[in-house]
Amino acid sequence: MESKETYNSTVPLETENQENKSGSLKDKDIQTIIGWILRSGVAVSMFLVIIGGIVFIFRHGQSLSDYKTFKGVPDFIRSIGGILNGVITFRGQAIIQLGIILLIATPVVRVAFSAIGFLMEKDYLYMAITLIVLLIIMASMLSGYAG
Amino acid sequence: MSVIVFTVILLLGSYFAGLLGSLTGLGGGFIIIPLLTLLLRVDIHYAIGASLVSVIATSSGSAAAYVKEGITNIRLGMFLEIATTAGAFTGAILAIYVPTHYIAILFGLILIFSAIMSLRNTVEQVVHKETFLSKKLRLGGTYPVNGGVVEYGVTNIAGGFFMMVFAGIISGLLGVGSGALKVVAMDGIMRIPFKVSTTTSNFMIGVTAAASAVVYLQRGYIHPGIAMPVVIGVLLGAISGSKILVHTPSSKWLRWVFAIVVTVLSIQMIYNGIKGNI
Repeated sequence: MESKETYNSTVPLETENQENKSGSLKDKDIQTIIGWILRSGVAVSMFLVIIGGIVFIFRHGQSLSDYKTFKGVPDFIRSIGGILNGVITFRGQAIIQLGIILLIATPVVRVAFSAIGFLMEKDYLYMAITLIVLLIIMASMLSGYAG
Repeated sequence: MSVIVFTVILLLGSYFAGLLGSLTGLGGGFIIIPLLTLLLRVDIHYAIGASLVSVIATSSGSAAAYVKEGITNIRLGMFLEIATTAGAFTGAILAIYVPTHYIAILFGLILIFSAIMSLRNTVEQVVHKETFLSKKLRLGGTYPVNGGVVEYGVTNIAGGFFMMVFAGIISGLLGVGSGALKVVAMDGIMRIPFKVSTTTSNFMIGVTAAASAVVYLQRGYIHPGIAMPVVIGVLLGAISGSKILVHTPSSKWLRWVFAIVVTVLSIQMIYNGIKGNI
């Protein structure tokens, strides 16, 4: 009966689980943090998308929508700097795009936190596995810039 | 079509996509992409980008709830995420070079397969023996059932891992969660109990989609004007769906209706792909 219940189960269900209290308490904290990251990440980004959407509709509601051919995104939201600049000047599409970037970042932040969780449990094998996942995501991010 | 009309149509369509996707477990992406490309005539790259963003929203939202219940096997999910993110990265790169009408045809084929999968009867299975690799990686686990816990083992890790790479490629190429393929890998190949494989698959979908979304974002495939109504609609629909599911378990007739709808959509996608309209 080693650490099989350490990371998988949130609720200590049986008496044997109570024995390694410190371990399961820590796990529960990490689980709670992961749940919190996911929920608040989605909430904050949805808030931004909705606000940006309202501004966008208010300003451009009557213009024609044309997405038939692929032209990429408008120039002013092509870079992070441009997006932030657009947010400051209250441009709808920039606010939406910021929300979307936060949404994409949410599961990545979750993975980073799992790495910290495994480190706290001294589970180095899984810490390494988690870091590999992060590295793949980083590589994916960098490849986009390369093109 | 004016921006306001486009947004309202897409918001309503996405709401129903999210609702049906959550009730059947197929995910919203499968209706969003045909809706955008066939009905609203949006370029398929924009459609894939918007769908991918909505996949991240629904997966993250529901994963938070499942993690709390203790059914999700986080170790197993983490290990298999190596496969799915590597696949998703490959899929997103492929999406840049593969001609769009091939993407449409592949989309239709995967859609038919997923519809068939959703109709299949699920029998809860628990394997107790563990393979060498499974022990080394501590992939087995427990899940709560009526106050007690069920222990389970994991078999055929290599087979499941390769299936996950494929699931990742499809997710990155088509902009869907490819939950059906993930369940095939875990439920069918690795013999993991159904409850665990569905929640763990959902837990992995967000990270998988994020790995390809970063490529799409930089390529300009994620357009705020399209992604905004899609992500709001799908998320609200999925929330309504999960509320309904608590009261009534997913009924057989609903899954049949959905299977017929997606089969019609997939034939449309394949037909338009072959004709070169997409």
